[in-house]
Amino acid sequence: MSSVPAAPSRAPLRGLLRGLPLLPSLVLLLVFLAGPIGYCVYYAFTDLQLTGASGTNFVGLRNFTRAFDDPDFLNAVELTLVFVVGSAVIGQNSLGLALAALMEKASKPVRSITGAVVVAAWVLPEVVAGYLMYAFFYQQGSLNAILRLLHLPQQNWLYTLPILAVCIANVWRGTAFSMLVFSAALSEVPKELVEAAEMDGAGPWQRLWRVTLPVIRRAVLTNLMLVTLQTLSVFGLIYTMTRGGPGNSSQTLPVFMYQQAFQNSLIGYGTAVALVLLAVGGVFSAVYIRMLKVEED
Amino acid sequence: MRKALLGAIGVAVALVSTASGCGSGSKSGSDSGQGGSEKTIKVVYQQQLNNSNKVQANYLDPMVTAFEKANPGTTVKLIPVTAAENDYYTKIQLMMRSPATAPDLVYEDTAIINSDVAAGYLRPLDGYLGSWPDWSQYADPAKAAMKYAADGKTYGVPDNTDTRGIWYNKEIFTRAGLPVPWQPKTWDDVLAAARTIKAKAPGVTPLNLYTGIAGGEQSSMQGFEMLLYGTPAANSALYDAGQQKWVVGSQSFKDALDFVHTVYSQGLAPSAQQALGTDFASAVATQLIPQGKLAMDIDGSWMPNNWIRTGPQPWPEWESTMGMAAMPTQNGQAPGKVSMSGGWAWSIPAKAKNPDLAWKFLQSLETESASAAWNSVNATIAVRKDVAADPSYLKALPTNEFFSALVASTYYRPGLPAYTQVSSAIQKAMEAVTTGQSSVAQAAGAYDDGVSSAVGADKTVHSTP
Repeated sequence: MSSVPAAPSRAPLRGLLRGLPLLPSLVLLLVFLAGPIGYCVYYAFTDLQLTGASGTNFVGLRNFTRAFDDPDFLNAVELTLVFVVGSAVIGQNSLGLALAALMEKASKPVRSITGAVVVAAWVLPEVVAGYLMYAFFYQQGSLNAILRLLHLPQQNWLYTLPILAVCIANVWRGTAFSMLVFSAALSEVPKELVEAAEMDGAGPWQRLWRVTLPVIRRAVLTNLMLVTLQTLSVFGLIYTMTRGGPGNSSQTLPVFMYQQAFQNSLIGYGTAVALVLLAVGGVFSAVYIRMLKVEED
Repeated sequence: MRKALLGAIGVAVALVSTASGCGSGSKSGSDSGQGGSEKTIKVVYQQQLNNSNKVQANYLDPMVTAFEKANPGTTVKLIPVTAAENDYYTKIQLMMRSPATAPDLVYEDTAIINSDVAAGYLRPLDGYLGSWPDWSQYADPAKAAMKYAADGKTYGVPDNTDTRGIWYNKEIFTRAGLPVPWQPKTWDDVLAAARTIKAKAPGVTPLNLYTGIAGGEQSSMQGFEMLLYGTPAANSALYDAGQQKWVVGSQSFKDALDFVHTVYSQGLAPSAQQALGTDFASAVATQLIPQGKLAMDIDGSWMPNNWIRTGPQPWPEWESTMGMAAMPTQNGQAPGKVSMSGGWAWSIPAKAKNPDLAWKFLQSLETESASAAWNSVNATIAVRKDVAADPSYLKALPTNEFFSALVASTYYRPGLPAYTQVSSAIQKAMEAVTTGQSSVAQAAGAYDDGVSSAVGADKTVHSTP
């Protein structure tokens, strides 16, 4: 309207006024996001209990030193890494890529049927998926029924190989996400590029390694980060299938945290474990973001 | 008014009322100053995950109707929490933390009452109990379990208890050439019977002893403490009340663990894979026992709940098939038998909005006739002396007389906040010897470490052999 430039003295006020519409969301963020996180961080340094004590004392780093002295905690860290690397980094990621690549080539009906089946597993609530996989793996379950039909030796999967069973369950459930990300990325790979490589005599593996993967690298890294973070926090699936057992042989950090916080009522200790889990997620993310950055430079 | 209320309840629960406890028409504690403008109370209880088990809901619904009719203008809101036992505790503890969600009346396992008192969740009931004549009818051990040691006040009104023993299948025993009726005198007698069954009744699991982490408290209580409290150390095997310290390094603990190890390593019990499954208890009650695949089961007085007409696995033949024996002490030392008890109680949360009305409703749940009806339908053991002598209760189940008699030699668990963590340590030790991962000595050592780190080393004491 007025062509007169704003006087410099009015600029800060104007900046403030412009920021005003952001205020409600800022307040909401502070109250509902920063607030609980702050509380959690505070609780991690206290001996807060759900029952058994009314007072809460500040205990400094005691929860953390206790965790790192606790063989069960170290076991949980180890299992968490096995679970994340096995089912997310290797399982979901590579299976998702393979499915996406195969579906590129497949006919339309095959593509839609495969898509529907895979996505169905993803859409199911975690606990429902957990019960389905429990029904599949448990001693009188469908996996053993199939093995019996084929005259193959049967196993009590949830007892002998619980961590493998939950890994497979998580791959089954989460692959759809990777598949969708990769399908989108693959459709962006320029056809001419692939054709040119083909003309130059590159085989399918060479085309994958030298053309396709470099082009979709960013999608791969983003996908890796997302599935890692999702898998780190998987609780319902494991809890419904094995409750972390037998013993503690499938007790990942979220299950360990739940047991400490809500079954042993040690909220302070459980929250400290949750913070450690957050830190593990942070480390993974930092690595991926760093790799993405290298890519950009 | 009071009579009318009792009458209505009597009709509602379809009980032939021989009630003599009707004279309890004293003024309740409603003059203790709480404003009663709010006429609604929220009552929380556990709805078990097993959906066919609606025993408590079916019992409470008519009680509520009767109460509302007798107290016009009041509303009793029943809030069933559908959860497994541990999750139920968590849920009610979270509810009781905040005034916005605290119920007015809550149903708690007697074992967690002390812990919840320490957390400041519950309200002492002494003001109400003082003017409630019925309180004198409650058995002393049950009353004692409701008392918080630190302040000597009472925080709950128990409405049932339970006892534990050995359920055995008479048909299998006869087939294996064992005497019926059967009453072992020592642990060795139990093992000998198990070995005989293993040899003479192939395809039958001789003995079920709950074990491991997946079994939760049933492993600790039915499985382990039935053994531990039967050692010569008895009541001080787990917790030394005199010194107020948890016992570590005890021979009794190793002996009990050794029994667990023996039955699992010698194939006298279910396979470890089966026993450590997440839902083994319901398999025992609804499949293994009714199908005649299990000869002995160390379990609770409530087992017939599974087999009655309205239970999850109706099995009318149980009355002629199943026998009961008391769990013997380790070497047959006095008093010769051992049992563990728990039970549930009604408590009023500290943050309840309408405690007076809650107390009034509680009283209506706890009359002699209502208690007898509840103990009968729920197949639990009476805590009121008048109910324990009530023929309708005694006749409700043929087992009531046997399990009521065990109350004389029963123990309650140490009602202390740290108990849940000690209990987890017990389950871990059991699981380690059940799977054969550790020796008895290693598992007992791990238990000692676990207890020390849970309760603090200064709260433990080494038992002197």
